[in-house]
Amino acid sequence: MPSQHDKHPSKYTLDRRIPGAFEGETVTRRRFMTGTAHGAGAIAALSFTLPALGFAIGPIFKSTPHRWETAGPTELFPDNNYIPVVITLTPGIGEAGKTLVYVRRKNPAIDTDRYDRTMPYIAITSRCAHLGCPVRWVDAAERFICPCHGGVYDLLGRPVGGPPVRPLDRFYTRVVDGEVQIGSRFSVNSELRRFSPRDPGEPLDGIGQYAYPSRPSIRR
Amino acid sequence: MPKLPAPPVPKPLQAPPPRPGEGNGTVRPHEHAAHGGIAVVDWVDERTSLSGAARWLMFRKVPKGTNWFYTLGSATMFAFLNQAVTGVFLAMYYRPDPSGGAYESVRYVTNDVFLGQFVRGMHKWGSTVMVVLVFLHMGRTFFFGAYKYPRELNWVIGVVLLILTMVMSFTGYLLPFDQRAYWATIVGVNINGTGPLLGPYLSDFLRGGPEFGATTLSRFYAIHMLLVPGLIAALIGAHLYLVAKLGTTAPPWSKAEKDPELRESEV
Repeated sequence: MPSQHDKHPSKYTLDRRIPGAFEGETVTRRRFMTGTAHGAGAIAALSFTLPALGFAIGPIFKSTPHRWETAGPTELFPDNNYIPVVITLTPGIGEAGKTLVYVRRKNPAIDTDRYDRTMPYIAITSRCAHLGCPVRWVDAAERFICPCHGGVYDLLGRPVGGPPVRPLDRFYTRVVDGEVQIGSRFSVNSELRRFSPRDPGEPLDGIGQYAYPSRPSIRR
Repeated sequence: MPKLPAPPVPKPLQAPPPRPGEGNGTVRPHEHAAHGGIAVVDWVDERTSLSGAARWLMFRKVPKGTNWFYTLGSATMFAFLNQAVTGVFLAMYYRPDPSGGAYESVRYVTNDVFLGQFVRGMHKWGSTVMVVLVFLHMGRTFFFGAYKYPRELNWVIGVVLLILTMVMSFTGYLLPFDQRAYWATIVGVNINGTGPLLGPYLSDFLRGGPEFGATTLSRFYAIHMLLVPGLIAALIGAHLYLVAKLGTTAPPWSKAEKDPELRESEV
């Protein structure tokens, strides 16, 4: 039924003939109470879901500390063959935190890439760049070979067969008091240019370095 | 016709119980017990009205031609219940300790606990059975056209349940923490990581860090036994509600019966 109030709509509740409304009210008390109850419920729910969610996804943004692991005396490692060394990636969880690294002394005749001039030793991971299975250095063939899906890498860790999308990752090395030390992992593209460490299966050539960004948890 | 002689049964079993009111006024003990049970059910029903819901859920009309293929959904649910029950009791022995305790606790369950090998076997093989049944159930739904209007939402819920079942398989595979579990999880997490842009972050979320770390196993364990089972149970409830609400479909080969009047006019 049209009335003069419909012709002149007002935001004030009194003009809208709402019973019990005070003059000057813009929101009815019922709406206000409904909104308050819903708002309080939302705050109560968010006060435990948001911290729990942040707690669960927090490790994505937490960076891992930089560690140096001793591999052995410098004279242990030749410059034309790899020596397998077990180092600890994650301390405190026993065998599950260890990984195998292949180490040799830098050989100017072999390591001719223009990116890596500072490190005295070459340390190559045993994690296949396809999906992370452990590769094995086969001395006779001078190849790293992965047992899972047939990835094959040459002496420098560059893929020469199978599904791997980039060369084997490497580790920073240094010599302290006659001992070779192994530091953090880094990834390399097909020209052995250095990148922040990526997970296996993530290519680094062309668009790959942008499709698989480096993560804050292991960016260096 | 001559009657067969009565078998020599013990005396208490010989006399057929008289119907209520037919006897000589004495109420036998089992009648008391039956009346007690009815009284309890009545007491609950008067306060909850659950009998109506039970009737609504269980005494439904099903289409002509309903056959054994329609039991695949229930079979999947019972496979899930098997996983839930055996999993709860396996959790009494399992320790998500990556430095050797996890493997040792699984070895203990398998070799030393009474019926441990059986319960663990039910859980291990039941997981495969559940995945197989999920796919058979999905195939039945697809080939019978049971995903069509008005049941699309139930198909969507079913797909989410399929994905959650896969999450259960993936996270449960790590828990024995032997060589196969470890390397399969490394490979599985890295497969997740090959998704562009978000993949690397998903890997970090699953591992709880950039490398397989101290909390990866407990993370997988919590997802496997708390997070996903709760979601699956809730979604199975929604799935069943929609089945009861919308009813089941007739098989595609069954034809609608014609109205008798139309049939006569056709002749």
